[in-house]
Amino acid sequence: MFPPIPNPATKPVPPKFGEQDLIRRSASRVTPPAQRQTEIAKLIDVSKCIGCKACQSACIEWNDTRPEIGVNTGVYDNPHDLTPNMFTLMRFTEWVNPETENLEWLIRKDGCMHCADPGCLKACPAPGAIVQYSNGIVDFVHQNCIGCGYCVKGCPFNIPRISPVDHTAYKCTLCSDRIAVGQGPACAKACPTQAIVFGTKDEMKHWADLRIEDLKSRGFQNAGLYDPPGVGGTHVMYVLHHADQPEIYANLPKNPTISPIVELWKGVAKYAGLGVMGFAVAFGFLHHLVMGPNRVTEADEANAENLTGGNPS
Amino acid sequence: MTARDIEPGDMVHKGHPVTVDRYTAGARLNHWVTAASLILLALSGLALFHPSLFFLTGLFGGGQWTRTIHPWIGVVLFFSFTGLFLRFWKANLWAREDKAWLNRIRDVLTNHEERLPEVGKYNAGQKFIFWGMSFLVIVLIVTGFAIWDQYFNNLTSIPVKRVAVLTHSIAAVAIICIWIVHVYAAIWVRGTISAMTRGRVTGGWAWRHHRKWLRELVSGKRGG
Ligand code: HEM
Ligand code: SF4
Repeated sequence: MFPPIPNPATKPVPPKFGEQDLIRRSASRVTPPAQRQTEIAKLIDVSKCIGCKACQSACIEWNDTRPEIGVNTGVYDNPHDLTPNMFTLMRFTEWVNPETENLEWLIRKDGCMHCADPGCLKACPAPGAIVQYSNGIVDFVHQNCIGCGYCVKGCPFNIPRISPVDHTAYKCTLCSDRIAVGQGPACAKACPTQAIVFGTKDEMKHWADLRIEDLKSRGFQNAGLYDPPGVGGTHVMYVLHHADQPEIYANLPKNPTISPIVELWKGVAKYAGLGVMGFAVAFGFLHHLVMGPNRVTEADEANAENLTGGNPS
Repeated sequence: MTARDIEPGDMVHKGHPVTVDRYTAGARLNHWVTAASLILLALSGLALFHPSLFFLTGLFGGGQWTRTIHPWIGVVLFFSFTGLFLRFWKANLWAREDKAWLNRIRDVLTNHEERLPEVGKYNAGQKFIFWGMSFLVIVLIVTGFAIWDQYFNNLTSIPVKRVAVLTHSIAAVAIICIWIVHVYAAIWVRGTISAMTRGRVTGGWAWRHHRKWLRELVSGKRGG
């Protein structure tokens, strides 16, 4: 068993991280702090999950969201997708293992991965609406959010959702407000099987190794850790019994990266665009400076008067 | 025969100087509504285009308002531009002399008006602006709807939205550049702006820049 995080002190404690620990801030430049926090991570062991959704309930409870009562369409996913009020979602897949002909019930807890290279933050046009702390947490700052939905286009995992009520983007915060006071995420706290554990990223990788070793000894040769390098690694990681085919877990992307179109849009298109518009203005100024205005002459007016048949007045 | 570059209301008045009616009040109103929307769209769009321009959101009451209002102004622009298109498309069809004019673009830029062929109501440069803007407005409205997530989120998938937002920003840069050329030309070629403010130009202006059009008007080939 991974040692659970002890209960909090009853006295208020100062936050463990804040503004001074930002390593990225959307649409702004930040000077990276000299002292970095230890990277933290949440490890979701899919093989241990029993699909009880205690984590979803804990998430609703802690974040005080009010998801609508849904309808059952014959699958266990509830609600049917992430929403501005549901930051995490158990996605259920019935998969027949072609090697064993066994039906495997795969349950993956979907939610923000807290990418080291976050596409949402890269895409965001509003200064400070998305921030990344040196401990790895990617957080949305609602008072700076303008509701444009660019983060949705930037995210390789299709995570952020725009609220139709306040028109700002919502997603898992990794319980930044709990972690700031030395607590673990609400979902990890609620999980009855330790399918979700929380600690430093190194601890989590080490714990994952033990879990993978165990799974391999039980015949899951392809068990492994999901910490995709395409987004620089993530601060929410999975232990998968079939790590060679993450897609079977409700389309978990095999090699997620920020879309090249988003890179183009947020990279060369911006500089080239500003450059071309600046050039057009500069050309106008220079042309006028060198060539001067194109003026109608007396002769032109006289020609027009002749053409119209002389001057009646 | 009626010349296709003569628009309703185009008319020559004898006098000293000769004056030529170029745009009706309706056409001018239509033009200025379009111009205002284009400028507001450029300002609100550029605010989101680059962080260094985000301060422009202040003109619209903050980021949330900028995001909300931009697509609606786009809808105004679309209808308003459609009005201009219907008014002006005929006079912007390609004519024989346009090629010769384009071949002499050097003389255009160096103010050697006398070396250019006589052209109708619009020269090839103006036609380029007209068709370029027409094309880009269509691109902008289509891609704009694809990323208007507040109402049309389910219309397109995320991969489509990525392409749409990239295309929208490139088309926006292109139309802003065309707009810069358009405004500069109106300033550089003196006597042009009154065409859109009071609807009239002088005969000399028409003689110098659109002599074919002036001749058509004088000889009474009045368009329908
Ligand atoms: C014709 C109808 C148009 C529609 C429906 C439309 C819609 C949109 C939408 C939905 C956005 C995303 C931000 C937001 O939600 O406000 C956007 C962004 C933008 N629009 Fe438009 N737009 C239109 C026309 C234009 C025009 C004419 C221009 C330029 C003069 C323009 C320039 C921009 C720019 C520069 C952006 C930011 C792109 C980026 O962030 O890279 N738009 N537009
Ligand atoms: S998973 Fe999506 S929303 Fe979460 S940090 Fe990565 S890009 Fe941002």
